Amino acid sequence: MKNLLASRSGQTILRRLVRPTAIGLGFALAASPALAAEVNVVASFSILGDLVQQVGGEHVAVTVIVGPNADTHVYEPKPADAVSLAGADLFVVNGLGFEGWMERLVEATGYAGQVVVVSDSIVTHAMAEEGAAHEEEGHDHGETDPHAWQDLQNGVVYVRAIAEALCSVDRGSCADFTANADAYAAKLVALDADIKARLADVPEAKRKVITTHDAFDYFGTAYGVTFLAPEGISTDAEPSASDVARLIRQIKADGVTALFVENMSDGRLVQQIGDETGVTLGGELFADALSEADGPAATYLDMFKHNADLLIPAMGGK
Amino acid sequence: MIWDYFISPFAEFAFMRRALAGAVILAISAGPVGVFLMFRRMSLAGDAMSHAILPGAAAGFLVSGLAIVPMTLGGFAAGLIVALLAGLVSRLTAQREDTSLAAFYLISLALGVLLVSLKGSNVDLMHVLFGTVLALNDDALILIGGVATVSLVGLALIWRPLFAECLDPTFLSSVSRAGQRVHLIFLALVVLNLVGGFQALGTLLAVGLMMLPAAAARFWVRSLEAVVGLAVLMGVASAYLGLLLSYHWSAASGPAIILVAGAIYLGSLVFGRRGLLFSRTRPLRHRIA
Repeated sequence: MKNLLASRSGQTILRRLVRPTAIGLGFALAASPALAAEVNVVASFSILGDLVQQVGGEHVAVTVIVGPNADTHVYEPKPADAVSLAGADLFVVNGLGFEGWMERLVEATGYAGQVVVVSDSIVTHAMAEEGAAHEEEGHDHGETDPHAWQDLQNGVVYVRAIAEALCSVDRGSCADFTANADAYAAKLVALDADIKARLADVPEAKRKVITTHDAFDYFGTAYGVTFLAPEGISTDAEPSASDVARLIRQIKADGVTALFVENMSDGRLVQQIGDETGVTLGGELFADALSEADGPAATYLDMFKHNADLLIPAMGGK
Repeated sequence: MIWDYFISPFAEFAFMRRALAGAVILAISAGPVGVFLMFRRMSLAGDAMSHAILPGAAAGFLVSGLAIVPMTLGGFAAGLIVALLAGLVSRLTAQREDTSLAAFYLISLALGVLLVSLKGSNVDLMHVLFGTVLALNDDALILIGGVATVSLVGLALIWRPLFAECLDPTFLSSVSRAGQRVHLIFLALVVLNLVGGFQALGTLLAVGLMMLPAAAARFWVRSLEAVVGLAVLMGVASAYLGLLLSYHWSAASGPAIILVAGAIYLGSLVFGRRGLLFSRTRPLRHRIA
């Protein structure tokens, strides 16, 4: 496999194979020779895929490795992913240990192009450890929390990094990339201001939310909300009875009214906690992946709006 | 003090009561099945079968989402098919049942993993397929209760022939053809218990509560009835102590329950009447005397 992918002729064959994948995703509608100049970008997961599409516009064909509603943390790359990557001009990843499989994939395919780590210039968070719920569980990411996109300001950083990387592989369209990035960043900044304004009305003590997965630490820091999760940062840690008991006590003591499940997790445990505390479940948040195209969070911007629109009223805001 | 430690976790939290109820019912239901598996020298069949149900449960999920009934039916069907095919091969050919069971459960497992990955990389499917004891909702409790009822009634009905076959496998087949039917009903009960246990409690817990108490009880008593009774008691004790452990020491609940059962097994192995310390020394003393 490695030899095949490394060989020149292999790559051209693979490039042809990549196109149908991109078409299937609905991004590159015509793979005709006239559009041969477009940039083939592979994005590691759905949120980055959307950002690349927003910035690249018609100049890029985006292939997403981990699609909607799927968990990037524990994804196992498939041969088709290696094929996509081998034919790519640019590989966009989140970094911060989010895509644990990424290095292996790059090595295995012999991909020699640019790997863009969009989180390179953000201020990272150490893994949240104060939430008593997960003090003893191990986690997969090392020391930093990878879910940086849950702060819209970081979304802006991501968009800029993507624009810069696209410029480096397609100088001719650089003006378009920059313009797209500026326009999109303006939308992100506007939403950011809107969320902050709406949250300003919610008293500090009410800004507490229970979710199934510790993915909202950046959101919490950016907007002044405390997130508590019964399971650890990793989606597959099994909770202990004392974790769940502590959380229930805390919900009762603090009068937490916002209880949510997240799009990739088993909601039964949170449901159980809701039943026990008499708090109604607030709906489905999107943390690590977008929804399907017809869902409520098909793009990064929609995802953020959707989450904010669920979270803020649940905490007593509007 | 004693109240605080042993009772109040269950008095304070509904999820603890539900977990205890689920695990205790499962122990009562699966314990006797485990004892028969052991007497029939099929102790590993439970584990093999636990893998065999995966494709059925996954298919149920793919068809109708996270609904307990289709997933349970699918898992039950898949487990039963594997058990039947394994039995059939061993009757039609010279191959022994453990070998054919290994072959079929591996095929089934591979099929299951394939089906799971069809749903994209939605890993959570594994979580959905295999629940946690702390998140037992009404549906799951009703399911475990139903499984336990069917299992205990079924076992009572085939108790005598099953018992006879344990003692002398050739006896029943020499007097009637009932042996095969009894064997199949028994396998169905095994699958039923596993499927019920998985949905609600997870793989480890389902197989663990089935086999460990049975193996431990064997070190203390001889007769079938006594082994069954003791195994059930040990299973119930493991469920209760394991949950306490999970509550006071922040241990993951499923493994905590099984580790308590494991500790009971190890204790029985060493100190049991038929265990290491006593069964070996006794004949020696007799010889000296």
